[in-house]
Amino acid sequence: MQQLSASQIFIHTVICFWPVWLGLAVIFTVSIASRQKTGLYGRIFDSKVAMLGLSIVLFWILTASFAELLAPFDPLEQFAALKRALPGIIEQKSGLPFLFGGDNLGRDLFSRMIYGSRFVLLIAPAATLTSSISGVLLGLPAGYFRGRLNTLLSFLANLLLAFPVILLFHLLVTPGVRETIIPKLMAGLIFLLPIIFFMLLFWSRYGARRQLLWIQLTLVMAFAGWIYVGVVFPDAVEAIGLSDLFPGLDPNELNIFVAVVFASAPGTFHIVRGLTLDLRTRDYVAAAQTRGENPWYIMLWEILPNIRGPLIVDVCLRIGYTTILLGTLGFFGLGLAPESPDWGSMINQTRGFIRIVPTIVLPPTLALASLVLGLNLLADGLREESLKD
Amino acid sequence: MSRQAHERVKPGAYRRFPGYKFIIWLQNTLRKGLSGLIISRLGIMLLMMTCLSIVVFYLVNLQPNLEKLAKEQANNRMTEEQVQSWLESNGYKRPISQRYVEWLGAVSRGDLGYSTRFRKNVSDVLPARLGYTGLLAFWVMITMVPTALLLGILAGMREGSRSDRVLSSLSIMTTATPEYVSGIIFTVIFSSWLGWLKGVSKAGDITFANFALPVMTMAIYGLGYIARITRASMAEVMNKQYIRTARLKGLPFHLIVIRHALRNALIAPFTVIMLQFPWLLTGVVIVEKLFNYKGFGWLLVEAAENNDIDLLLSCSLVSVAVVVVTQLIADIGYVLLNPRIRVK
Repeated sequence: MQQLSASQIFIHTVICFWPVWLGLAVIFTVSIASRQKTGLYGRIFDSKVAMLGLSIVLFWILTASFAELLAPFDPLEQFAALKRALPGIIEQKSGLPFLFGGDNLGRDLFSRMIYGSRFVLLIAPAATLTSSISGVLLGLPAGYFRGRLNTLLSFLANLLLAFPVILLFHLLVTPGVRETIIPKLMAGLIFLLPIIFFMLLFWSRYGARRQLLWIQLTLVMAFAGWIYVGVVFPDAVEAIGLSDLFPGLDPNELNIFVAVVFASAPGTFHIVRGLTLDLRTRDYVAAAQTRGENPWYIMLWEILPNIRGPLIVDVCLRIGYTTILLGTLGFFGLGLAPESPDWGSMINQTRGFIRIVPTIVLPPTLALASLVLGLNLLADGLREESLKD
Repeated sequence: MSRQAHERVKPGAYRRFPGYKFIIWLQNTLRKGLSGLIISRLGIMLLMMTCLSIVVFYLVNLQPNLEKLAKEQANNRMTEEQVQSWLESNGYKRPISQRYVEWLGAVSRGDLGYSTRFRKNVSDVLPARLGYTGLLAFWVMITMVPTALLLGILAGMREGSRSDRVLSSLSIMTTATPEYVSGIIFTVIFSSWLGWLKGVSKAGDITFANFALPVMTMAIYGLGYIARITRASMAEVMNKQYIRTARLKGLPFHLIVIRHALRNALIAPFTVIMLQFPWLLTGVVIVEKLFNYKGFGWLLVEAAENNDIDLLLSCSLVSVAVVVVTQLIADIGYVLLNPRIRVK
């Protein structure tokens, strides 16, 4: 069988990613040209660290979006002759190389790695956003009102933090639990929090301007309700035959989503609560209180904008942490379909063969590590830039 | 009057720290005596254990999980009716609240129950495994903490220099590489390629070849975080007035670092190091699975996979205890180590 040399593999890989390089070039040119106007985002381009982080993250986002274009093979297609093949072997029928070799079932590792980015980049940011909004919604009143509410919510957060993550995953993300009502109940609860958040956000500011408020609330309800119904009541949607119109999550993915939110929300809660406790004594809060503003207005429109710096950094770090968590799930073989091309499962399936082909685990491991590294670098750069004021 | 007294105790630096109110509260508690703090924390721990055990108890007693248990215990190819009759005859059909109260009663008498997976009493299985994991955690801490502190101090003492850049990027890289990634890469390098170390670790056998890989994997993942906290703390201390004074006196640089900066810079990392213990518990599960080291993490996974009710409940009690006790030590140590907020 024909075999590419290491340098040929490298060149082929670089060429394979051409849409990504093109996308990166376009995004960077536009962003650098308009960086004076784009605030904190524009300031990323002042720091080398942040820029490096951003380019790694963008690389993976673009890879996930162009996966069909980039991947030479189907991630699930098995080639019996290429089981545990070395990197650079040419597949006979199509004449295309297995750039990073084949896995234990003869699937192309390169294509699987590319498709694996989809799962991570779909679930991790969405789950992190949901958990961060939940943390903000609960952390603000805990820090602002203090007292019993604070004690109760802090206790709940500590309880969730004391719950070993692995145990939570094992109990929640197993095939058995999927059939019960629990994930849907949890999802119903968790997805309610962002809706409440946005309703409160608009109501507290535009409560006096009824017409505007109604438009905003209707928009929130329509958009959030659309997602909510699709995710929480998939059976009802399917019963009326409209499942194409609503966004759906696999029961699997819903479970994972819920578990990740539970694992990650208490951290955000603690950060927001601590910052709010600190900021509630500031003069502008006292001024708003003297004006007789609604407490929710003060929390959401006076305090929240002032803690956005640490929050943005936290979200960046937390997406990385969630990526690691999703990998952990795959590593323990929990929740995901066995043939799913996500990085954690790939690591788990191939790690038994490292004695035979040491490179077999490298594609998913390096992909995961680089994405998390990019997010960490971005968070670091953002923190430095936001402290420069 | 009392408010002013508070203001005087509170040094300026702590106002920026979001938890400074907590420190004031802690001081007041400590003024009353450590026993009050310890008793209240133990109370919280008991409450947490109860809440958590209710949640775990509910989850392990879900119908699909019970079926899994029945099939694992009796026969994997049982029909639906056989499963039901097995559950009936083994008492799993009684109301869940009744069984929970029974379990609670037994635990409060010190009886942790019977492990269905290992067919032994939980009290015979758990302590040995905890000991193995404690051994692993001990070596991780012994290697991780000094290395991390050294890296952080070296990076933070000359902020912005080339050595700072290199060390900081190194520590970011280690925090970005989870255990199941670095562990595999190390196995490829040290076990498959070079053949120096063993890819599988036997519990309790303390030799270098046996222990190095799991310890290294865990220590390197945790190292970056502590190093970054130490670096930030060190960099802040190096900008203080008294360091400048020491420099103007003409003290050599290494003496400034060792005598003046070090003690002050090590207070913040202490809390972080203490809070690493709960993380060790989770990290241990991954590493133990990776290297097939039969400790507490391995036990937890075995119990979860086989729905071993009593064992799983005991494991979660242990992890809550670890979290709460380390937090308590961190809180007490933070106040005791820091003379600025010690009450005279």
